[in-house]
Amino acid sequence: MDEILKVQNLHSYYGKSHILFGVEFSVNKGETFCLMGRNGAGKTTTFKSIVMLVPPKVGKVLLNGREINGLKPYQAARLGLGLVPEDRRIFGDLSVKDNLLLGTSSERKGYWDLAKIYTYFPILLEYQDQLGGNLSGGEQQMLTIARTLMGNPDILLLDEPTEGLSPVMVKVLKDLVLKLKELGTTILLSEQNIKFCMAVADRLVIIDKGHIVYEADVETFRADEDIKKKYLAV
Amino acid sequence: MNHRLETTALWSAYVLLFGGMIFVKNEHAIHIAAQIVILGLFAISFNILFGNTGLLSFGQALFYGLGAYVTGMIAKKFGGDHFLWALLLVPLVAMAVALVLGALSLRLSDVYFTMLTLAFAQLVWGITIKWYDFTSGDDGIQAIPKPEFLAGGLHYYVFAFLVVTVCLYLLWRLHRSPFGTILKGIRQNPTRVNFLGLNVFRHKLLAYVISSCFTAIAGGLYAGLDGSIHPDMFVWTMSGGIILMTILGGMRSFFGPIIGVAVFVLLEDVVGRSTQYWSFFIGAIMIVVVMLFPKGIVGVSRQFAGLFAKKGDPLEHS
Repeated sequence: MDEILKVQNLHSYYGKSHILFGVEFSVNKGETFCLMGRNGAGKTTTFKSIVMLVPPKVGKVLLNGREINGLKPYQAARLGLGLVPEDRRIFGDLSVKDNLLLGTSSERKGYWDLAKIYTYFPILLEYQDQLGGNLSGGEQQMLTIARTLMGNPDILLLDEPTEGLSPVMVKVLKDLVLKLKELGTTILLSEQNIKFCMAVADRLVIIDKGHIVYEADVETFRADEDIKKKYLAV
Repeated sequence: MNHRLETTALWSAYVLLFGGMIFVKNEHAIHIAAQIVILGLFAISFNILFGNTGLLSFGQALFYGLGAYVTGMIAKKFGGDHFLWALLLVPLVAMAVALVLGALSLRLSDVYFTMLTLAFAQLVWGITIKWYDFTSGDDGIQAIPKPEFLAGGLHYYVFAFLVVTVCLYLLWRLHRSPFGTILKGIRQNPTRVNFLGLNVFRHKLLAYVISSCFTAIAGGLYAGLDGSIHPDMFVWTMSGGIILMTILGGMRSFFGPIIGVAVFVLLEDVVGRSTQYWSFFIGAIMIVVVMLFPKGIVGVSRQFAGLFAKKGDPLEHS
C-alpha cells in the first residue's frame, strides 16, 4: 500500500523537556488512522512535530516518501499536509467565504473547490457573507475543516476535532468524516473519544507519556477491553 | 449589500468633497484640503500595515520624510523642471529602503518590531539634522521649485488630488484583493496562515514595502505643497500623529484614517486660531474616542447608520 505519511523514531522537546520518545507510525493512502491518548499524552505535540511547528530533534517525517524535516510549516503545507488545529480558530473578522478562499493559498489543485465545499457544507453557503466569528463552535469546526480541504491536502490532520462539541455536532462530524473516507481522503485523527475513533478509524495507535504503547486495527482494539482501561481510563 | 453601499457612499463623498474643492475660491481652504489629502494618503497607506496586517510601525515618518527629501533635494539642486521625475523616483527609492529595513525589523514581532521601526526613523532624523552639507540640517530646505504649470495653490491642489486619488484607488484594490485578505488573516492569526501554506514573513514584507512606498509619495507631494521641508518630518511625533489620526478615524475601515486626518487638521486650524493650546483639545478628543468609541469615527457612524450585519459587526470591506 502507498504510505502517505510515515513518522520514524520521533523525539521532540519543548525547551529541555523531552516530550516524544521515538514515536513511530505510518498512514496509508485512503485510510483513517487514529492517534489515541489521554490529555497530555503527546497527541498535539506529535501533530506539531509532523507539521514542523515543533521540529523534532531526532527522527524523520516522510510525506509521500519525501523527508520534510527542516522545512517551514508553510512549506510542509504546500507539499500536502492539511492541519486542522485543536483550537480550530478561524479568522473571526473575515467572512466565511474569505476564510474558505484563504484555504486555497497553497495553490494545490484537486477535488475540492468552492462549489464542492458548498455542496458538502450547505451551512457554509448559507452563511458565506457572515463573519466567521459569528458562527457557533461546531460551525467553526466545519469551517476549519472545509478551509483545510480547500487546499486539497494529501492528508488531513484532525487534532481532537470532537473536543468541546455538543453530542449533536459530534454526530454531524462523524458523518462528515465518513463521507470524506468514502471520497478516499487520507486522514490522521487524534482523539480521546473512543466511540468516535471506533466509528471512523481503520487503524490506530495509543500514545502514552510520549511513547507509542499499542498499535492495532480497529476491530482488534474494539475487543480489547484491558487496553482501553489501562491507557484510556474508560 | 450594506458594505457595498458604505463603500459607494465613502468613495462618492471623497470625490465630491475633495474634487469639489476645485471650485472653491478660498486659498486657505484649498491649502487645508491639500494637507488633508496628502496626510490622508500617508494615513491610509500606514493603515495597510496597522489596521490590515496588525503591524504597528512607529517609524513610518521615515518614509514620509524620505519622499519629501528626495523630491525636495533634487528639485532644489536641478530646478523646478526636475520636480516631476524626482517625484517618480520617490516610490523606487522608498521601496528599496523599505525592503532593507523591513527585512531587518520584521524578523522581530510585536513591540520589538515597533521599537525597531522607531529606532530606524530616529536614526535617519539624526543623520538629517547632523549632515548639514548634504541635507541643510536643521534649516531644512526652503523655496523648493516646481514646474510652471503647478505654480499656485489651486493648480498644485488639483495635481495632488489626482495623484492621491490614483494612489487611493490602487490601495483600495489591494485592500479588497486576495492579498488583502491574506494580510487580514495574518493580523488575526499568523500561525494559522502559515498552516495554509503561506510564507507569512514574505507577505508582511510586501505589505511593509507597499505601505512605505505610498507613504513616501505622500511625502513627495508635501514637498511641493509649501515648498518647504524640515527634518521634523522624520521625527517620532510625526509617526505618532498618524497613528492617532488613524485610530481617531477608525483603523478597521479603508477610509477611516483620512477621516481622522480631516478632523485633526480642521481642529488644528479652527481651534488653533483662538488658542495655541489646540493640542490640548486634540488630546481630550482622543481620550473620549479611545474610551467610548474604540472603533473610531467610522465605527460609530456604522452603528448610527444601522449598517450592521444581522449578527454582530459589519464586514470590513470599505
